[in-house]
Amino acid sequence: MSAPRKRVRLGPNGRPVRPFVMPRILSGRLWVWRYILMRRAVQIAVLVLFLGTVHWGWALAGRPLLLGNLSSSELLGLVPMADPFATAQILLTGHLLEPRVLIGAAIVLLLYGLLGGRSWCAWVCPINPVTDLAAWLRGRLGIRDMFHISRSIRYTVLALALILSALTGMAAFEWVSPISMLHRELIFGMGLGWTAVLGVFLFDLVVLRHGWCGHLCPLGAFYALLGRIAPLRVRFDTPTCTHCGECARVCPEPQVLNLKKASEAGMIRSGECTNCGRCITVCPEDTLRFGLRVPGAGSAMPPQSVISQRRES
Amino acid sequence: MSKPRTHPTARRDFLSRVGQGAALAATGGLVWSYLLHQQARANPAAVRPPGALAEADFNAKCIKCGLCVRACPYDTLKLAEVGEDVAIGTPYFTPRTIPCYMCEDIPCKVACPTGALEPGLEDITKARMGLAVIDIENCLSWQGLRCEICHRECPVQDTAITVEHHPRRISKHAMFVPLVHSEYCTGCGLCEEACPTDLAAIRVLPPKLVQGKIGEHYRLDWKIDTPVTQEFRPSEAAPSEPQTGLPSALDYLNEGEP
Repeated sequence: MSAPRKRVRLGPNGRPVRPFVMPRILSGRLWVWRYILMRRAVQIAVLVLFLGTVHWGWALAGRPLLLGNLSSSELLGLVPMADPFATAQILLTGHLLEPRVLIGAAIVLLLYGLLGGRSWCAWVCPINPVTDLAAWLRGRLGIRDMFHISRSIRYTVLALALILSALTGMAAFEWVSPISMLHRELIFGMGLGWTAVLGVFLFDLVVLRHGWCGHLCPLGAFYALLGRIAPLRVRFDTPTCTHCGECARVCPEPQVLNLKKASEAGMIRSGECTNCGRCITVCPEDTLRFGLRVPGAGSAMPPQSVISQRRES
Repeated sequence: MSKPRTHPTARRDFLSRVGQGAALAATGGLVWSYLLHQQARANPAAVRPPGALAEADFNAKCIKCGLCVRACPYDTLKLAEVGEDVAIGTPYFTPRTIPCYMCEDIPCKVACPTGALEPGLEDITKARMGLAVIDIENCLSWQGLRCEICHRECPVQDTAITVEHHPRRISKHAMFVPLVHSEYCTGCGLCEEACPTDLAAIRVLPPKLVQGKIGEHYRLDWKIDTPVTQEFRPSEAAPSEPQTGLPSALDYLNEGEP
C-alpha cells in the first residue's frame, strides 16, 4: 500500500476523512451490495409475477395473481392498479375513464406516495437495469459526456407530454415510452421494442451519463414531484459526515446530495432521489440511512459542525 | 430586500435563454406530435376487439395493458408489438388466423379497465368489429360452385350472410352467392377463417374503409316506408295513412307539376 500521507484530511466536523473501502470478503461485499441485490430482486419479482400469471397460470385461491402490465393491472382479480401518469394523460385527451382505472391510479399514487416517489424508478422500472448497466459500463470505459443538459429538462418533457396529450388527443408518452415497450414485450412477446431500449442504452452509454433516467424521462419527473411529499426518505441526521464525497460519486442523481440542505432538513429532500440506497451502502461513516420524513427532525439533531462551517459563508 | 442590480446584458441573456428553451420545447413537441399521428394512423385496417370505440377515441382511451388479450379464451387478441403495422401496444386480431368466437359474456370487454371497449355493449351480436367484404372475382360461389362455407360458418347465420340466387352467364342454372348484410355483420371473422381459397375471398375490414353512403336525395320508394318530402329527405314520422288526393306519378310526368 502507499505510504501514509503527511497530513490527514479532516472533515468539517473535525473527524478524519476516510475513503470507502470495498470489503474483500464476499459477505462484506454482499452487505455493500445489499440494496442493489434487493432492487434487482424486486424488479425481477414484479416481472416474474406478471409472467407467471400469464404463462403459467399462477393463481391464489383460484384468482389470477397479477394480470396485465405496469400500465394497468389487476391483483388477484380484485385490486386494480394503473399507471397514474398514463391515466393523467388519457384524462387530458378529454376522455372520461371507467372508475376501475381511476381507482387503480389512485392506489398506485398512494403506494409510491408512501414509498418515496421515485422508488418506482430504482426498484420497479424495467429500464433501470438497462441504464444502470450503461452507467456502469461507461464508468469502466471512461467515456465522457458529449454534452451537458439541465437535469430539470425532464419537467419540460413532463409538461410537454401533458400538453401534447391534450392537443393531439392521444396519451403522448404512452405511445413512445421505451419503458412500456420493453415491459410490454417482455410479457407479451418480443417485437422490435428492444430497438427503443437499445437506443436508451446507447444514449446513456455514449452520449450522456444518466441521460434517460436522470435527464429526460417524464415518468421519473412525475414520480419526482410525488417524492417531494413522500414519507420514505434517505435520512441524513447524524453528525458523523466528513464530506468525503463517496455518496455523490455513486449517486445517479448527485444534485440531490446537497449536504447543507440535507443536514438542515435531516434528510434528502429532493424528490429526484430514487431511493436506490447506493449512498447508504458506501458511506464510511454510516451517516445515511433509510427513514421517515419527520418534520423538524433535522433541526433537532443537526450535524453542528457542518452547519457552522457552511452558514454565514 | 435591496433590488439586485443586473447587468444590462443579463436580462437579454435570460430572455434569449428562455426563448431558446421555448423553441427547443416547441420543436421537440412538433416532432413528438408527428410521431404520435404517424403511430395512430399505423394501420386503419386493424380489426379491433368487440366494443372498441371509434379509432380516435380508442387510441386515446386504450392504456395498452393487455388485460383484454389475457381475458380472451381463444387467444384471438394480440397486442401490437413495435415494428408491426398496427398502432403500438393496442389490441387487434387477425381473423384469418384466429377469429373472434363471440363469447356471450364478452370477457375482453369486461376486462378493459378504461372503457376503450364500450362497457355498455351487452349483446355480442351488436358488436361491430368490422364488416365482411366479398371479393366476387375470387369467391368460389361466384364462379358457380356450391361453396357457401362463409354462410354456414357465420354465427349470425342467414342474417348477416344470406345466400342469394344470381343468374349465370354460361348455363340456365342459377348461382348461389353469399351476400353480407352490414346491418347484422359483427366482423367476427369466422367466414374469413373458413374461406377455402388460398387467400381469403371474404375479408373483415373496418366498415369505414369499405362502406359507401347513398345520398339522402335518392328516392328508394320500394325500400323506405316513409314518404319522401320535397326537400328530398325522408320525413321524421312514418305515415299513419296512405296519403290521398295527390296526383299520381303518371299525372305528374304527363301534366307537369300541379
